[in-house]
Amino acid sequence: MSEPQDRVWEVFRQEAEGDPMVHGGSVRAPDEELALHYAREFYGRRQESHRLWVVARDSIVELDDPDLLDPPFDRSHKRPGGYIIKHKLEAAKARAATTGAPEVEE
Amino acid sequence: MNDQALTDAFYAHVMGGGKVEADDWMPDDYRAALLKFVEMHANSELMGVLPEREWILRAPTLRRKLALTSKVQDEVGHAQLLYRVAEDLGKPREQMLADLLAGKTKFHNVFHYPTRSWGDVGIIAWLVDAAAIVSQQALRDSSYAPYARTMKKICWEESVHIMHGRDVVLTLMNGTDAQRAMVQEALDRWWGPLMQMHGPKTDPATDRDLIWKIKSKHNEQLRQEFLSIYVPRILELGLTIPDPALRYDQAEGRWQYTEPDWDELRSVVTGHGPMSQQRLEFRRTSRDDTQWVRDAIIGPATVAAA
Ligand SMILES: [Fe+2]
Ligand SMILES: [Fe+2]
Repeated sequence: MSEPQDRVWEVFRQEAEGDPMVHGGSVRAPDEELALHYAREFYGRRQESHRLWVVARDSIVELDDPDLLDPPFDRSHKRPGGYIIKHKLEAAKARAATTGAPEVEE
Repeated sequence: MNDQALTDAFYAHVMGGGKVEADDWMPDDYRAALLKFVEMHANSELMGVLPEREWILRAPTLRRKLALTSKVQDEVGHAQLLYRVAEDLGKPREQMLADLLAGKTKFHNVFHYPTRSWGDVGIIAWLVDAAAIVSQQALRDSSYAPYARTMKKICWEESVHIMHGRDVVLTLMNGTDAQRAMVQEALDRWWGPLMQMHGPKTDPATDRDLIWKIKSKHNEQLRQEFLSIYVPRILELGLTIPDPALRYDQAEGRWQYTEPDWDELRSVVTGHGPMSQQRLEFRRTSRDDTQWVRDAIIGPATVAAA
């Protein structure tokens, strides 16, 4: 019994046109043609996929370094949630009401 | 970090709800426990199609034949997906199949029994799959993320099987007296194995698979969940459950039942069930018969790699 000369292929699927390609799982196959056949059988036989990609696992380059992806610095200025304007807006409106805002010309 | 510190950090991570990916470092005992669990699951999916495949040629209509064939294809597909998860943990697929055929590894008790009528096809697809989906749904929270993701896909397909089985049962129940009797007779035979399927009560405090969150619910929890959902659905069809002690205990908030036959469970899963050896023999024969396909596909690649 010889161990098959297979590679592992990661399968990505798109559920509907325009959707992102999402990782589905992986298959093992000797070449990309067979990998696509397996991907079709496992991830597309119920019409649940609009498009499939197979990518050899050893072609994937990964970055999962927390020092780079999750550094301990405050990054809130890069996110909408980093700007808390509720009280500033209230204060500005109150100020405008007492000093009288200019009329908007039609 | 030294090994002990790494190990401690790993277990703190999974016990705190953290996830593990295939390439992450993991302690040997976690890897071994996980592999054993996934391998038995994969074996069960593969062997689980044999009782049902016996009925493909005897299905009463073309649509039933298509549905049953499709279910069988799904279950073999589940086996493939799960062997894929298991091989990433370090055991080659060929070795897993060899161990299964040699009787060194196990598969679920319910697949060691004969099927005697079309009623069995309905009861298996409805209730055996239902009992299985209860555990599989709990595995969607597994600390091993590739397993958890595979379970999401599998559960989605399992829900189709349950509908197919329930539809078969309902059709028979709306049929003749003989058809109703056929379902009842099937239920009578399958109830014992169904009650054994989740295994004896274990102490959650010492169950490593639970502590390491390889699985998220213990045996009795799964059985209680199965009973809560399915007992009412069985009874509402006018079927009788063959356990006079079965009742919901309001005070204790749990189902009471006759203690399942754990000796039978142990004997069946160690290869002494009524069909254990025939089913393994069938699998050996079909493995030999299909060797030429693997040779044809893998042959050129082997030469190219040499
Ligand atoms: Fe399955
Ligand atoms: Fe199933």
